[in-house]
Amino acid sequence: MSALLEVSGVSVSFDGFRAINNLSFSIGPAELRAVIGPNGAGKTTFMDIVTGKTRPDEGSVTWGERSISLLKLSEAAIARVGVGRKFQRPTVFEDQTVAENLVLALKSKRGPVAALLYALSAQGRDRVLELAQEVGLADHLPRKAGELSHGQKQWLEIAMLLAQEPRLLLVDEPAAGMTLAEREHTTAMLVEMARTRAVVVVEHDMDFVRRLNCKVTVLHEGSVLAEGTLDHVTRDPAVIEVYLGRG
Amino acid sequence: MLRALCLALTLVLGLTLPARSQSGSEPLAAVVARHAEAIAKPSRQTIGPVIDALAASGDPMTAAFLQAWEAKHLGQRKSDGAFFLLTPDPAGFALTALDGTPAGTAAKADIAELKPNAGVRGLISTALVQFTLSDPDPATRTAALDSIAKDPTAESLAPLRAAIDGEPDPALKARKIRLERLLTLQFDPDHAARIAAIDGFGSDLGLDVRAALSPLVATRRLAATAAPAGANIARELRLGRDLTRTEAYDLLTAAGLAPERLSLEDQRAALAAHIVAGRTGGIPLAELADQDARDRAYSALEASGTVPPAATADEVAAALAAHRFYDVYSEPDAAVTAAAAAALDRIGLKVGAMQAADLGLDALSLASIYFLAAIGLAITFGVMGVINMAHGEFITLGAYTGYVVQLFVPDLTLSILIALPLAFAVTFAAGVAMERLVIRHLYKRPLETLLATFGISIAIQQVLKNIFGTQARPLTAPAWLDGALSVNDVVSISTIRVAIFGLAVLFLGFFIWLMRRTRLGLEVRAVTQNPAMAASMGINPDRINMLTFGIGSGIAGIAGVAIGLFAKVTSDLGSDYIVQSFMTVVVGGVGSIWGTLAGASMIGALQKVIEFLNPSNTLAAQTYMILFIILFIQVRPRGIIALRGRAAGD
Amino acid sequence: MPVSSVPKYPGGPGAAPPAASALARRGFLARNPSVLWFLGLLAALCLTITALSPALDLDMVSTSFIKTLGKTLCLCLAALAMDVVWGYAGILSLGHMAFFALGGYMIGQWLMYARTEEIVLAALASDPIPPTAAEIAQGVASQIFGVVGSSEMPLIWTFADSLPLQLALVVLVPGTLALVFGWLAFRSRVTGVYLSILTQAMTLALSLFLFQNDSGLRGNNGLSGLQNLPGLSATGQDAVSLAFFLVSAAALGLTYLLLAWAISGKFGSVLRAIRDDEARVRFLGYPVEGYKLFVFTGTAILCGLAGALYYPQAGIINPAELAPIASIYLAVWVAIGGRGRLYGAVIGAAVVSLLSSWFTGGRAPSLPLGFASLDWVDWWLVLLGLCFVAVTLFAPKGIGGLFDRWQGRRSPDRKGAPLGPDDGALQEREASE
Repeated sequence: MSALLEVSGVSVSFDGFRAINNLSFSIGPAELRAVIGPNGAGKTTFMDIVTGKTRPDEGSVTWGERSISLLKLSEAAIARVGVGRKFQRPTVFEDQTVAENLVLALKSKRGPVAALLYALSAQGRDRVLELAQEVGLADHLPRKAGELSHGQKQWLEIAMLLAQEPRLLLVDEPAAGMTLAEREHTTAMLVEMARTRAVVVVEHDMDFVRRLNCKVTVLHEGSVLAEGTLDHVTRDPAVIEVYLGRG
Repeated sequence: MLRALCLALTLVLGLTLPARSQSGSEPLAAVVARHAEAIAKPSRQTIGPVIDALAASGDPMTAAFLQAWEAKHLGQRKSDGAFFLLTPDPAGFALTALDGTPAGTAAKADIAELKPNAGVRGLISTALVQFTLSDPDPATRTAALDSIAKDPTAESLAPLRAAIDGEPDPALKARKIRLERLLTLQFDPDHAARIAAIDGFGSDLGLDVRAALSPLVATRRLAATAAPAGANIARELRLGRDLTRTEAYDLLTAAGLAPERLSLEDQRAALAAHIVAGRTGGIPLAELADQDARDRAYSALEASGTVPPAATADEVAAALAAHRFYDVYSEPDAAVTAAAAAALDRIGLKVGAMQAADLGLDALSLASIYFLAAIGLAITFGVMGVINMAHGEFITLGAYTGYVVQLFVPDLTLSILIALPLAFAVTFAAGVAMERLVIRHLYKRPLETLLATFGISIAIQQVLKNIFGTQARPLTAPAWLDGALSVNDVVSISTIRVAIFGLAVLFLGFFIWLMRRTRLGLEVRAVTQNPAMAASMGINPDRINMLTFGIGSGIAGIAGVAIGLFAKVTSDLGSDYIVQSFMTVVVGGVGSIWGTLAGASMIGALQKVIEFLNPSNTLAAQTYMILFIILFIQVRPRGIIALRGRAAGD
Repeated sequence: MPVSSVPKYPGGPGAAPPAASALARRGFLARNPSVLWFLGLLAALCLTITALSPALDLDMVSTSFIKTLGKTLCLCLAALAMDVVWGYAGILSLGHMAFFALGGYMIGQWLMYARTEEIVLAALASDPIPPTAAEIAQGVASQIFGVVGSSEMPLIWTFADSLPLQLALVVLVPGTLALVFGWLAFRSRVTGVYLSILTQAMTLALSLFLFQNDSGLRGNNGLSGLQNLPGLSATGQDAVSLAFFLVSAAALGLTYLLLAWAISGKFGSVLRAIRDDEARVRFLGYPVEGYKLFVFTGTAILCGLAGALYYPQAGIINPAELAPIASIYLAVWVAIGGRGRLYGAVIGAAVVSLLSSWFTGGRAPSLPLGFASLDWVDWWLVLLGLCFVAVTLFAPKGIGGLFDRWQGRRSPDRKGAPLGPDDGALQEREASE
C-alpha cells in the first residue's frame, strides 16, 4: 500500500528554537493514526506544515499517487487536493446559519466566479441534510451558528469537514470538552471515516486513544520517538521516560 | 615694493611715470596748480595723465581731493582760481584748502563748482581704489574689497596687488591675497600667471572660485563652413546627437547663413493673403485642411512669384550638410580654458562629495522629524496596537500650545521652555481622556478604533480651526535657534534642525529608559504580552493602558512644538504627518522602537535622495517614496525589524 | 429542539419549516424583500423629481437641487461598493474614493477635450483657411494646458477624443490600479489596519502625483467645465441635470440589484466567512486572496463608474477630491448607515452627504447658545466627528440597526465584538502565533 502523505526529514525553527527536528511520517490512504506527545512536542507545528500554514526549513512533504510536493502549494490549494483540518476549538462562521456553513464546506469549485454563479443542486441539498442529520443538527439548519452550544459547534465543524470530502483529515483534540456519550459517538465516527480515508488524530487523552484502537505515533521535541500499537509504545522505555512517566 | 607698485600702475594705465621716492613727494597743491586748467575742464581723453600725476603725488590729502572731485565737491574760487574742497554751509560753502586746513567760507556765487562728467568720474574712481585699499580705516578697506569682489574688473588688479604688502590686518591680508588670485586668473594678461592662479586654487569649494572660473569655460554656439581659425574650440557638435536639426538650422538662420524656414503660421498667413476667388495657389480653400495641400498651394504661389521663396526640406538638408557646428569658448586662451575646466572638474568632484554629506545631514534631520512625529505612534500603535488617527491632531495641539504660550510669554527662549512641558501636559490629558472615553471600549475592534479616532480627529481639527482660524499662526524660534551651522559653502544645517535631532535622540533615550528601567515600562510590557496574566499578577491593565496612551499622546504634543518651530502652524499641520508617521512605524516594524528609528531613517533618507534626483518636484518625491514603501512591504511585510512573539521596547 | 423555538429565518415572513426553508430554492427577490423595497422607493423618487423638475415646466424643485440629488445617488453607489468591500469582505479600504475620482478624471478628459475642441473649432471657423488636424490639436492643447504653462498634449490624453475609449478607461484605469495594488497587498497577506494604512498611502501618493503640474491632468487646477456636455450646448442645464439624475438612479438601482444578487448566494457567504475568519476559509480550500482581489477590483470599478457619473454633475474635479480624507468619509457614511447591509450604505451616504451639504451650505439656522450663537458652517464637522464616535461606540450597526429593532430581529450577543471569529478561535490563534 503506497502512502497518501509522506513527510520526510522535515525541520523548522522559530527564532532559533527547533520546533520540528528531522521529522518523518507517513500515512496510507485509508488509515487511522493517533499522534500523541507532551506539550511542545511539535504536534500543532506538524499539522501546520502539512496544511501549508508553516513552511519548513528543510525536508519534503509529498502527497498522493503522483507524489505532488505540498510545499509548493498554498493553504487553499492543499485543502483542495484533499487535506482537511479540524481545530481544537470549534471554528465555524458564527454570523452565518448552519446551512450556510455546510454549503460553504460542500465540495465544489472554489473560485470566485464559480461561487458567484453557484446554485445548490438537489444532490447538494440532500447531502447537506444528510450531514446535518448525521451530527444531529438537522433541526438547527436555519439557526445562526453563533447561537449553537459549544458541543454543537464541534459537531457542525465535523460535518463541515465531512462535506469537504477530504482524503486526509487532521483532527486536533476532538474529544476536548465533550460528554462521554459524545466521545463515543466521535470515536465511532472517526473509525468509520478512516475506512475510506486517512485520519490523523492528535490527542492528549489516553483513554480516547485506546478506544480508537489504531497505530500510534509519539512525538517528542519535534521528532518521532516511537511508533506502533498503543501497547507497543507504552512499553517503550523512552516513551515512558518523556511522556507517560510524567503523568 | 615701490617698484612693484609702479610697475603695476604702469601695467594698468599703460604709461610710464617717473619713479619717485616717498621723501621726494610733491605737495598736492603744486601738482594741482600745474594741472589747474585740465582739472577745471576735464575731458575723458585728456585727463588720464593728470589723474595719474595727482595719484602719484604722495600727499596724504590726495585721496580726499580725488574723492571730493569725484563727488562733485571740488570748487574753484572765481576770484583767484584756487581749488578748495567744499562742504555745504548756510553761508554757501565751507572751504578746505588743499593742505587740509579750513579756509573759511564763501558764498555760492564766488565758487565755480567742478562737475566732471561720468567718464572722468570713472577714471577718478579707478584711481581712488588704491587709496581706499590702503585706507587707515579697516572698514573702508573691507568695503573696497567687497566692491571689487562684487564687480571684479581688470583695472582693480594692479591696485589690489599693490595694497597687499602694506596690509596690517592678517584677515584682510588673506582676503586681499585671495581676491588677487581670483582677479589674476580672470584678468592677468600673462596666461602662465592665470594658469598658476587657477591651479593654485586646487579644489577650493568657495563659491567665489566657481564664480570666477565658470565664465572662463563659457561657450557659445557657432556655425561655420570650416573650423574657425584661432578660435578656442570646446568641441564640435554632431548633428542629431549634440543638437537637433532644428536647432542647427536656427543657428544658421540666426547667423544669416541660410534663409529662414517657413513657419506653419507664416505659410497660413501667406496663403490667406492670396485668396483669389475661393482658391489660393490654385487649390480650393476647402481642401486646405490638409498640410500637403497647403504645401502644394504655397509652392504654386512661390512659382508664380507672389510669395518669397522659403527654404524647402532639401535646401535645409544641403545647408546643414555644408556647415559644421562648434561650441567655442569665449576665452581665447586654450591653456587657460583647459586649466579652468580641469579645476572645475576637481571642484565638481569635491562638491559632489560635499553635497552627499549635506544630503546626509538633510536626511538625518528629516528622519529626526519623522521619528519625533512617529515615536508617539510607536507607543500607541506599536505597543498597544491602537490605531490613533487623531495622533496628527495631537501634534497640532502641541504646536498651538506653543503658539498660545508665546502670546503670554514674550521671551522666546523661556516660552519654548514652558511650551514643551505644557504641550506634553495638554496632549497627555487629551490622550488619557480619549482612551478612557472611547478607545478602551474598542480594544477588540481595531478597525473601529481607526474610525472612531478619525471622528475625533475631524472634530478636533475643526474646533482648532474655529478657534484659531484658517491662517497660519507663528511659533517663533528663539534667535539662538535661528542660525545655521555651516562647514563650507556646500555643507550647512540650520540650528533648529540640529536641535530637533537632539530632541529625537533625547526621546529615543527616554523611551528606552521608560520601557526598560522603570516599573511602568515593565508593566506595559507585561500587559502587552499577556493582559490576563498581568492582571492576575496585580497589574491594573486599565491604568497601564491609560498611562501608555497618555505618554504616547504627550510625546506627540512635544513633537508638535518642535515641528511648529519650522513649519506653519495651521489646523492641518498634524494631518500632513499622519500618513508618514504610520508608514514610519509600519516600515520599521511594529512594536520596536529601533524599528521606528530604522523606518524614520529609511523614509527620511529615501525622500531626500529622491528629492535630490528630482529637485524641482517635491510632490513627486513623496509619490515615489510611498510607492517604494508599498513595494517594500511586499518584501518585508513585518517591517525592517520584525518581532516574533517578543516584547515591545526590547 | 422543537421547531417553534427556532427564530424566524431572516429570509422573511412565512418561512417554511426550518430544515426545508434553510435550503429551499426560492426566487432571489423573494429571499431579499429589501431589494424590491429599495427599487420601489428609488423609482418613486425618480418619478416625483421628474414630475416636479423645471424640465417639465412644473418647476417645483430647482436644477441645483436635482444636481445635488444626482450627485448624492452617485455617492450612494460608491457607498454600496464600499459596503461590499468593507461590510462584507472586511477590507477597510481607504482608497475607494481615489478610484471614484479616477473614474471622474477619465470621463473628464473626454468632456474637456470634446468641449474645448468645439470652442477651438468655433474660433477657427471665421478663418478663411480651414484648420488642419494638427492645428486643431494644437489649439485644444494650448487651451487646456495653458493654465499649467504647457501647450503639449500629454500622452495620457491620447484617447481623449474618443468617448468609447475614455469610457473603457473609466473601467480599466481604476480596475487595473486596484488589481495591481490589491495583488501586491493581498499576496503578502497584509490585512486589517495595515491594509487600511497601505490603501491610505496609495491614495495619498496618487493625489500628490495629480497635484503636480506635469502629471498631465492640469495639476491642482484639475479638469473643469465638465457640466457642459459636448454637442449639447443648446440643451439647458435643467434637462441635462435631470437626465444625469435619472441615469444615476438607474445605475444605482442596477448596481443594487447586482450586488444584492451577488452577496445573497454562496459568494456573499464566502465573503462574510473571509471577513470573520479568513484562515478557516483558507482551510476550506477557498483562494482567499483571489476573492479579496476580485471584490477589491470589482468594487473599485464600480466606484470608477460612480465617479464618471458624479463629476459631469459636479462640473469640476481636482486632486483634492481624492485626498485620503474623502475615502475615510466614504467609510464614515457606510458605518453610520450600517455596514453589512446594502440599504444601510445607501442610507448612510444619502443622509450624511445631504446633511453635510445642508449644514455647510449655510442654510441651516444658527443655534443660539445665549453667550454665542453656533454657526453650523463652522461646527458641523465637529458634530459629525462626535456623531461618528457615538455611532461607533453605541450603535455599531448604524442606522440600519434600527430596521432590525423594527423587525424584532437580533443577532447573538458577541460580547462587544459584533463581527469576527469565535473567542475560541481567537485564543487558538494567539496560542499558535
